[in-house]
Amino acid sequence: MSVLLQQLANGVVQGALIALIALGYTMVYGIIQLINFAHGEVFMVASYGGLATFTLLPEDLQKSPAVALPLMFVGGIVVAVVVAVIMERFAYRPLRNAPRLAPLITALGVSVFLQEAVRVFYPNAKSNLPYPKVFPEGNLTLGPVNVSWTGVLLVGLSIGLAVILQTYINKSRMGRAMRATAQDPDTAKLMGVNPNRVIVLTFVFGAVLAGVAGIMYGGYLNNINIDMGFQTGIFAFTAAVLGGVGSIRGAVIGAFIIGLIKTVAGQYMPGGTQYDYVWIFVVLILVLVFRPQGLFGEPERVRA
Amino acid sequence: MSPLLEVRNLSVAYGAIEAVRDISFTVEAGQIVSLIGSNGAGKTTTLRTISGLLRPAAGEILFQGKPIHNQPAHTILGMGISHSPEGRRLFPRMTVEENLQLGAYVRKDDGVQADMQRVYDLFPVLGERRHNKAGLFSGGEQQMLAIGRAMMSKPRLLMLDEPSMGLSPIMTQRIFDTIKELQSLGTTILLVEQNALAALALSDHGYVIDLGKTTLDGPGHSLLADQRVRDAYLGESH
Ligand SMILES: Nc1ncnc2c1ncn2[C@@H]1O[C@H](COP(=O)(O)OP(=O)(O)OP(=O)(O)O)[C@@H](O)[C@H]1O
Ligand SMILES: [Mg+2]
Repeated sequence: MSVLLQQLANGVVQGALIALIALGYTMVYGIIQLINFAHGEVFMVASYGGLATFTLLPEDLQKSPAVALPLMFVGGIVVAVVVAVIMERFAYRPLRNAPRLAPLITALGVSVFLQEAVRVFYPNAKSNLPYPKVFPEGNLTLGPVNVSWTGVLLVGLSIGLAVILQTYINKSRMGRAMRATAQDPDTAKLMGVNPNRVIVLTFVFGAVLAGVAGIMYGGYLNNINIDMGFQTGIFAFTAAVLGGVGSIRGAVIGAFIIGLIKTVAGQYMPGGTQYDYVWIFVVLILVLVFRPQGLFGEPERVRA
Repeated sequence: MSPLLEVRNLSVAYGAIEAVRDISFTVEAGQIVSLIGSNGAGKTTTLRTISGLLRPAAGEILFQGKPIHNQPAHTILGMGISHSPEGRRLFPRMTVEENLQLGAYVRKDDGVQADMQRVYDLFPVLGERRHNKAGLFSGGEQQMLAIGRAMMSKPRLLMLDEPSMGLSPIMTQRIFDTIKELQSLGTTILLVEQNALAALALSDHGYVIDLGKTTLDGPGHSLLADQRVRDAYLGESH
């Protein structure tokens, strides 16, 4: 019983991490119907960006977590945003009116490019790199369950940022423009909405969240590697599909479901954690058989 | 003084299909001008090109004397041309109020709230149900909202594409009365209609478009009296 509770708690933390990344997949898909496979790599470069920021700090600041950690967030997020904006501008925008397969293949290309760029240019990137110890130490203990304070911070950031994002999209003028562009891009233009501005902003939001995820991943798991974007990206993408691509709430709930399946199935199913992908895809397929649009997605409709 | 809108020798194609061939017309400030013509004549294509959603293959579009046919759609709205598209194209999953706010998207002044109230005064049913999703409304109510939304940018030129489509005769009359009222409040209107009788009766000037070309034009009442127009468009519409 206490093992189950512990695995549920771990699942919530993993879900929180996946949610931060899944939001980027779902927002971009909602606006331009592109599955941005390179989004997992934005998360990965943010993690390296945070590490690089720490490395560049003078030694006395490295010893002060209250200074170093915020600066790492800034560094990681800046790297993520710059990469995402360049990617949108030069890889996807020229293909805006091309058949859907073209940007999809481009996304895969961008993904490989970013991985290789980090592998070649980041010092010692071929091996796992330890992440700086600037995160909250110790555990939160609730009866039989232990969660590191870093994990607690990750859950808080993930839920907090998702709520802020949802509120912004529902209440602000720019959020309305984003929803209008997602529902009917031509008519949104007739309202005076500049589609490029909306699309860039969508990529920026996704990158900020992926940036936060990149730093927290290092803090929670203590080391990073160039495959992290691909591995976590698949879980995040699956979460977005499970929740219904385009839906903010769906991405978050889908992410927590996947986090829970991952840890609980890893504990109790034959094969252990090596087979977590299998159980996640089994659940995904079952959901899609009965609800092709995902848990919270709008049914696919033909545009007028 | 140059006319408010001038379309000169406009041609528009969808790939190999030429939808508009050499259309010319002008809209003077303060007028109601209608474009009439049968299905597929190219009316919608013409409006979508004026508002910047399509690019002309040839010809020019001048607004207040300035060429606009290379401007993106969101810039053209900002210059004062508002377009209520064919089929209404509301944002169905947004509320009435949000649809109207989007109509006022580019405005920075503080009169938006008052103008929204003006739309509610004009169409009380919208005011009563301002927090309901637009997709739940009837055809006539949706049309009111589409017109209201297009008014929210305070356009100099309001383009309406088939505002009476799918409406009952009573609802159609309401909509046409509203168009007349908007004119009296100072808005210039470019109207596209298949309901030629009602449109011409209301118009200062009309143009007949056939197979992508302007074939006839004149003041609304004289087109109404023209035997060719009566044979081609009025016999079937009533
Ligand atoms: N997206 C498109 N792709 C290809 N051809 C199109 C497209 N839209 C319209 N057309 C063609 O262009 C021509 C003009 O169409 P348009 O919609 O402008 O006519 P219309 O006068 O508005 O007709 P209606 O009264 O039926 O609304 C038609 O032959 C139509 O089939
Ligand atoms: Mg039409």
